[in-house]
Amino acid sequence: MYSLFNPKNMPLTPFLFFTGKGGVGKTSTACATAVALADQGKNVLLVSTDPASNLQDVLEVDLTNEPMAIPSVPNLSACNIDPEESARAYKENVVGPYRGKLPDAVLATMEEQLSGACTVEIAAFDEFSHLLADETILDQFDHVLFDTAPTGHTLRLLQLPTAWSGFLEESTHGASCLGPLAGLEGKKEMYAKAVASLSDREKTTLLLIARPDNSSLLEADRASGELKEIGIRNQLLIVNGLLQTHQPEDAVSTAFYSRQRQALQETPEALKQVMTYALPFVSYSLTGVENLRHLFSSYAMTTFEVEDTNEEALALPGLNQVIEDFSEKNTRVIFTMGKGGVGKTSIASAIAVGLVEKGHRVHLTTTDPAAHLAYTFAGGETRDNLSISSINPQIEVERYKQTVLANAGNGLSDEELAHLQEDLESPCTEEIALFQAFAAVVEKSENEIVVIDTAPTGHTLLLLDSTEAYHKEMSRSTGDVPENVKKLLPRLRNPEETVVVIVTLAEATPVLEAARLQEDLKRAQIEPKWWVINQSLYATETTDPILRGRASSEKKWIQKVNEELASKCAVIPWLQEEKIGYTQLKEFIL
Amino acid sequence: MKKVEIYDPAMCCSTGVCGPVVDPDLTRIASAVYSLEKKGFTIARYNLTNDPGAFVENGIVNQALVEKGPEVLPLVLVDNEVVKMAAYPTNEELAEWFDTTPAELQEKPRIRVSVNFGK
Repeated sequence: MYSLFNPKNMPLTPFLFFTGKGGVGKTSTACATAVALADQGKNVLLVSTDPASNLQDVLEVDLTNEPMAIPSVPNLSACNIDPEESARAYKENVVGPYRGKLPDAVLATMEEQLSGACTVEIAAFDEFSHLLADETILDQFDHVLFDTAPTGHTLRLLQLPTAWSGFLEESTHGASCLGPLAGLEGKKEMYAKAVASLSDREKTTLLLIARPDNSSLLEADRASGELKEIGIRNQLLIVNGLLQTHQPEDAVSTAFYSRQRQALQETPEALKQVMTYALPFVSYSLTGVENLRHLFSSYAMTTFEVEDTNEEALALPGLNQVIEDFSEKNTRVIFTMGKGGVGKTSIASAIAVGLVEKGHRVHLTTTDPAAHLAYTFAGGETRDNLSISSINPQIEVERYKQTVLANAGNGLSDEELAHLQEDLESPCTEEIALFQAFAAVVEKSENEIVVIDTAPTGHTLLLLDSTEAYHKEMSRSTGDVPENVKKLLPRLRNPEETVVVIVTLAEATPVLEAARLQEDLKRAQIEPKWWVINQSLYATETTDPILRGRASSEKKWIQKVNEELASKCAVIPWLQEEKIGYTQLKEFIL
Repeated sequence: MKKVEIYDPAMCCSTGVCGPVVDPDLTRIASAVYSLEKKGFTIARYNLTNDPGAFVENGIVNQALVEKGPEVLPLVLVDNEVVKMAAYPTNEELAEWFDTTPAELQEKPRIRVSVNFGK
């Protein structure tokens, strides 16, 4: 199919960026590549932003944000950057000096403004820039590997001339996402150099990492297109976790295999043009330097991995108990929340079907593109008590942008307008636009249970909250919070009425990302009630040794969720086919 | 000449687009301040997120914050006296303070090009 990715056999540029959604294996791949290159005698620096700090366990050293030599791997140095920590440090830098000088309530409003996704993105880029712009780095190292890449939004912001034109100082038009940049103005030259290095194909390669599944490949296609547009054209695709063989007599193994092959055939056209390599699905977790070395020797299984299946199995509720709980407590609004690719929409659909089966009237809203929803309920198998609508994020964001530009775009110079438009590309804007859209849905359906396959972040809720409080007292601004948004806020806070379900997978990164989503919601006083661990191999009966091996590595993550993170936890086994249609969806709840 | 100072609440952006709603007031104020500055008037705007120092140094502003909390913003001072709380000045008010006309404040920021038509 594809040749296996092996850094030993290919020429590589000095800077290597590994990018992909959480859980696709960026850090492991970057780490294995770094070890392979170092083993060949190259001087290598590995820069990790992995929040799990897995790297520290793997390399058996405590890493800091300064590069340090790794004793167990000659020629390899590494550092670990936590962008959230950098963002916190930046925030503290801004707010700290005023503690005691300004009232706490005032400081709290400042902190919230600096808690958005943009601050984290910019703070991460700031850390990278030091390495990209520092010419002495390439004297010391043959290769510098980053286990993440800046987003198109961040790069475009940095390229806008207004970003640096001093509008901030003049206090006329600062751009939102430059709030965090305001303190970094002295760094213009460094950022310009960093961006130049990124778009130099002799210097930088972007390695897109994807799992062989549809949502992961779509995401890779999106990132590829966006970064190509901004000039990062030297790209490779690595399909990670490709099952090489399967056991025909094992149903799970066969289904797993054929679903992967199917997804690869449906790779988006543009992405097919990118040179593609594969990495095998392996039974072992990629921790420990020896395991990393094994990855490129294309063994699916290591000899020292002997599975002990005698351990006591974990017994956790399935989705049916989750639905039972909502039905009994008469929950009115249910959000499923999680990062892309964990199956939020399937779980939301299955919860809706389950509640209909129990005799409730249900309205299901999804933010998945409409076509996909139609696909989920293929064959027109719905029930009278079930109505479905979809919110297309692209359309909502577009509508929101048009409204903004119509209201605010008047009287702006072209440069300022360009700036305003880039502000509208920020992740916060999409959240606000979506929130307004589902506030409208919730308002319309007072007699039904509403199930929504996405949820607002704590940051969005707190911003809405403070604006609402402000408008309530002053009611002066002409840009008012829409009525349905005002009404939704108190309903969201009421646990009798609204429940957030966190959906995740039993793997390191998805669990840690979900834990962060939960923390963020708690800031806004919303306590997620259920965690649902989706697509668990641990919960299947597979006997395929490779899948079995992976299943056992899921156990510690299931335990962590159950014991440390979730107030209630359910597990759903990996299912053999994608659930389409009402009848099939019922399988989730058996 | 009068000195006008506007103390903004903590904002992600003065355009307000990252916030939950877009406030056309913010763009109006931004354009007005821009025009007044161009004309050489003494007007300044401070955003709590970007410029917290200004909120500490000015005793009047600091006192207002301690007594009334962040809800008191935006706060408008003319010659060091509070003239407005929790609201932006209207264009009429600005015009009055600076002895100009509201129309003068809606000017679109533009680059002036001088053209020489010959002798």
